[in-house]
Amino acid sequence: MTVALLNIDWQTLADATGLGGIYALMAVGIGLVFGVLRLVNFAYGQLIMAGAYALAFASERGWPVSIGIVLCFAVVLTLSLLMDRLVFRPLRGQTPAVMLVTTFAVAFLLQSIALLWFGPLGKIASSLATLNQPVTISGVDIRKIAIVATAVAAFCLLVLVLLLERTRVGLHMRAAAMDFSTAELLGVRAGRVISAAVLVSGVLAAIVAVMLTVQNPLVTPDFALRDTILVLAGVVLGGMNRLVSATLGGFAIGFASGLLGGALPTNQSQYLPSFLFAAVILVLLVRPGGLFTREGHQAVERV
Amino acid sequence: MSVPLLVVEDLEVRHGAVTAVHDLSLEVDRGEIVGLIGPNGAGKSSTLHAIMGAVRASAGDVRVRGESVVGKRPEAVARKGVALVPEGRRIFADLTVDENLKLGLAGRRTRDGSDDDLARVYDLFPAVEESLRRKAGTLSGGQQQQLAIARALVADPEVLLLDEPSLGLAPRMVDVVFETLAAIRDRGLAVLLVEQRAQRTVALADRSHVLANGQQRLTLGPESAGDTAALVSAYMA
Repeated sequence: MTVALLNIDWQTLADATGLGGIYALMAVGIGLVFGVLRLVNFAYGQLIMAGAYALAFASERGWPVSIGIVLCFAVVLTLSLLMDRLVFRPLRGQTPAVMLVTTFAVAFLLQSIALLWFGPLGKIASSLATLNQPVTISGVDIRKIAIVATAVAAFCLLVLVLLLERTRVGLHMRAAAMDFSTAELLGVRAGRVISAAVLVSGVLAAIVAVMLTVQNPLVTPDFALRDTILVLAGVVLGGMNRLVSATLGGFAIGFASGLLGGALPTNQSQYLPSFLFAAVILVLLVRPGGLFTREGHQAVERV
Repeated sequence: MSVPLLVVEDLEVRHGAVTAVHDLSLEVDRGEIVGLIGPNGAGKSSTLHAIMGAVRASAGDVRVRGESVVGKRPEAVARKGVALVPEGRRIFADLTVDENLKLGLAGRRTRDGSDDDLARVYDLFPAVEESLRRKAGTLSGGQQQQLAIARALVADPEVLLLDEPSLGLAPRMVDVVFETLAAIRDRGLAVLLVEQRAQRTVALADRSHVLANGQQRLTLGPESAGDTAALVSAYMA
């Protein structure tokens, strides 16, 4: 069965949705920290990379999947909190340029550490490889990971919405993202809000690490680097200033990436990023504020 | 004789090389409104921000209930029972009125009795209660100012600092705001009011300090509200 144009079949569509879901989670992880710290964490991909190494470590020793996942969460969350204490907090209030360059440095530092410890050849995280097998739904073969990724992403986004909309810390996070200094004047505890954002962002990075290792079991020091760059482009494409638009941007770029990846003939797949970034540039030329931002949405002072 | 609730002593605030506030001393006790008036750039807002801990005091002391709060972060000062209604209201336009009020609860010292305080605030601002589900940005300017004051009050503060609450409001709303301040004083709060409307402030406040170029020029009682000459000369001095 084929959706006529570009030779896209249902399987590609499912894969694209799954990838869109994973990228949406990454966009949330980056967007949450950006919201409260006004810091674009370029090292987000290296958090995922560290989680992937944890999974590979467990997998190569033949440990059960559950242990591998616990280890992955432990490593990513520890690293997130360390990054917060050692890098984010001391940089609070610095110019965006200083913060961006510093997170670049952290990214390359982590990548170099991975290179020194694990070598350039990569480790295999194969515990969850069975998720790559297809299931047949009304005559269409769909990889299990596509379904799992879509479901996990939908579930995580739902939990996140509940957290942000229904809890005290969620309200404080939203307020801090809109106007941190006023939130502090009202007694919102800055440290707690930042920790919450960093922790949630870390949890998402760990989840993404699990799902990306299924898609790509070979864990190398540049694991998730390309994905992070695409997601960052997606976040800018969607609109950085609101979590919803950033998330939609992440989904869009993941979906487009999956779709194009399926549609392009295999021998031309190296052109995939070029197509994607060309599209990003075009969109930003037409809508510099982002694809999913509300036009003319500005706070108007009222009398 | 007990210590006044809020004591500011020889306060100095610098923004880089500029001294915004110089040697300012004032006291506000329960059930008092103290006015802080003066031309633009006189250091009125800087004083409030220094009390709140949002800018650093380079010299002097700020005490709440006799305890120094200098060097504390705003979130900590808020928990000492000090609330600020910032200039320009600074409400969260994309949040609902209800959510704005819930944010005000963040500054409470205890969560006990927050329902009672909400009820008291609704009593004072019926317009706020009527629009709980609306986005705060859709309120009129006067309603937004009421929300900003309400948001400060639900924290159950003992000291209320207000930074130009009448700025940009229609004349009728200015009346409402000043009436509200009198009602807040009658509840036993200590109110420090920064305003541009000098005459109205002098008439309302128990004492008003006139600031110019960061220095305290004059202190006026309500009886001087009609004495324009004294005000003008203090502004011009």
